[in-house]
Amino acid sequence: MSVDVAWSNRPWWRSKLRRQEVLAGYFTILPWILGFLIFVAGPILFSFYLSFSEYDILKPPKLIGLDNYHEMFEDRLFWQSLRVTTIYAAGAVPLAVVVGYLLALMLNQKVGGLSFWRTAFYVPAIVPVLAVSYLFAWIFNPDIGLVNGLLRQVGVEGPPWFASRQWVLPTFMIMELWAAGGGMVLYLAALQGVPSSLYDAAKVDGANAWRRFWHVTLPMTTPVIFFQFLIGLIASFQLFTGPFLVTQGGPANASLFYVLYLYRNGWKYFNMGYASALAWVLVVIILVFTLLSFRVARRVVYYESEEP
Amino acid sequence: MSAPTFEEAKLQLGERLLRGRWLQGKYWRRLGIRLLIIYLPITALALVYTAPLIWLVSSSLKPEGQVFEYPPNFIPRSLEWINYPDALVQFPFIVTGLNTVTIVVGVLMGRLLTASLAAYGFARLRFPGRNVLFVLVLTTLMIPYHVILIPQYLIFRDLGWLNTLKPLIVPAWFGGGAFFIFLLRQFFMTIPREYDDAARIDGCGFIRVWWYIILPMSLPALGAVSIFTLMGEWNDFLAPLIYLNTPDKQTLAIAVEQWRRSGIIHGYKHQWNHIMAVSTVVTLPPLVVFFFAQRHFIQGVVISGIKG
Repeated sequence: MSVDVAWSNRPWWRSKLRRQEVLAGYFTILPWILGFLIFVAGPILFSFYLSFSEYDILKPPKLIGLDNYHEMFEDRLFWQSLRVTTIYAAGAVPLAVVVGYLLALMLNQKVGGLSFWRTAFYVPAIVPVLAVSYLFAWIFNPDIGLVNGLLRQVGVEGPPWFASRQWVLPTFMIMELWAAGGGMVLYLAALQGVPSSLYDAAKVDGANAWRRFWHVTLPMTTPVIFFQFLIGLIASFQLFTGPFLVTQGGPANASLFYVLYLYRNGWKYFNMGYASALAWVLVVIILVFTLLSFRVARRVVYYESEEP
Repeated sequence: MSAPTFEEAKLQLGERLLRGRWLQGKYWRRLGIRLLIIYLPITALALVYTAPLIWLVSSSLKPEGQVFEYPPNFIPRSLEWINYPDALVQFPFIVTGLNTVTIVVGVLMGRLLTASLAAYGFARLRFPGRNVLFVLVLTTLMIPYHVILIPQYLIFRDLGWLNTLKPLIVPAWFGGGAFFIFLLRQFFMTIPREYDDAARIDGCGFIRVWWYIILPMSLPALGAVSIFTLMGEWNDFLAPLIYLNTPDKQTLAIAVEQWRRSGIIHGYKHQWNHIMAVSTVVTLPPLVVFFFAQRHFIQGVVISGIKG
């Protein structure tokens, strides 16, 4: 947070200049305040109310107390969607961080043609989800896909990928890994920001390459790693488009991601009350994960400005 | 000293070569190790990362007969450019493409104006409650979009805005989103206040300072915001899916998906080369922006990724 500078002792309304400044200040944030009230605060309150109601869009909402949340406990598909999303997040997020970081480490070894390699790894990250989904749906098609075609060339019958319950989530993780170049760019910038004086000092102290990495490089880049981890976690709990396009939650709900289930309840069955309750559970999950991450971060993440 | 004769030069060269580091085993060992542990993996990984992209483009140019050939062929024997017009006439490409462009431009303008205005207020102007309000901005960063989706949908339904582009554009004109306010404020804080002061002394009002001083000096940050907006809106799927129903109002992504799905439902498969041609077209705008603004692009990712 910024610190206010030079507030004079005179109250602001006594000076014409300060009055103008305060007026201009409120003018600048007016659009945001209106937007906050209309599109954020109001909807949040209403969504909280809806989560305790039955609402099918046609009849006005009817309060039913905790019934939506009770129903959730017995809803097999709710637990399934929670399980699917958790497994995916637990696999995809660390994998993407590790792969992205390893790519960045490799490119940070004074390689020739850095921008060429960086482009090669980064470009997949900017291909739109729509194209990625169609491309991967085809490449990983068990019968006519490229991957199993190549595997057949070497005499291996590949797994059914998106078409099987065991393989569908790992295949989505592979799809996520294809975009690991996005994180790589950030890690690379962080790696290049590590002052070389630290490496020199470590060398003088006789630290070998591994120890230099473990005691200098890694601690200096933990803030970026942590941030990417958190963002990745939140994003994977909100994953929608990829699964919607590739599997629609199948086979047999094995890729029924949480928001996919929320969408189904809201806009397929028009259970807006139940969908709102699902959304609030998502809020709590994301909040818990965020707070937990910050707790862990306090012990693991190193911030340069802090005294040890 | 006279120039060396040819014989002398030959001798000198031979001597230099004999003393050269390339004769030492250490040099070759190092080079070998670098090739082995750095360039070999990088090249291999870069091939893996670019292969799907090459497959995407090459399949889009193959005649139907070549698409499923074994062994898989990355280079088409003939270039069937006709695939592109053939695929694009199968759904309302122009209308929906224009809709998407309208949304991107509308959101971009609203966001650049109102987010930068609010960011200017938070960065520069002193008014009561500023810090509390800024904390509120940061708090809204944590709220998942899905919890306000349902009430927002109901608001826009009551306004009669369903099946128009307004629900997708108008919210961006009210502050443009907490993340972008934060991003721009951080950037504005790095601009020396002396510029503002000089303009103020010359009789410039607070709002004119924003327009004539702050904005022109923030082009990199505004560029980053624009790039993110383009990518975000181009990829947006859930909101257009919910709000837009008729083909003349839909976005490109939704129209493409309906076209693809109609093929699956009606029992005939669209040809994969056509689907890949459409996917290539969808991929093109972000790719073109990336290659024209590569430096700003990566800079923008880095600015926001670390600070956001």
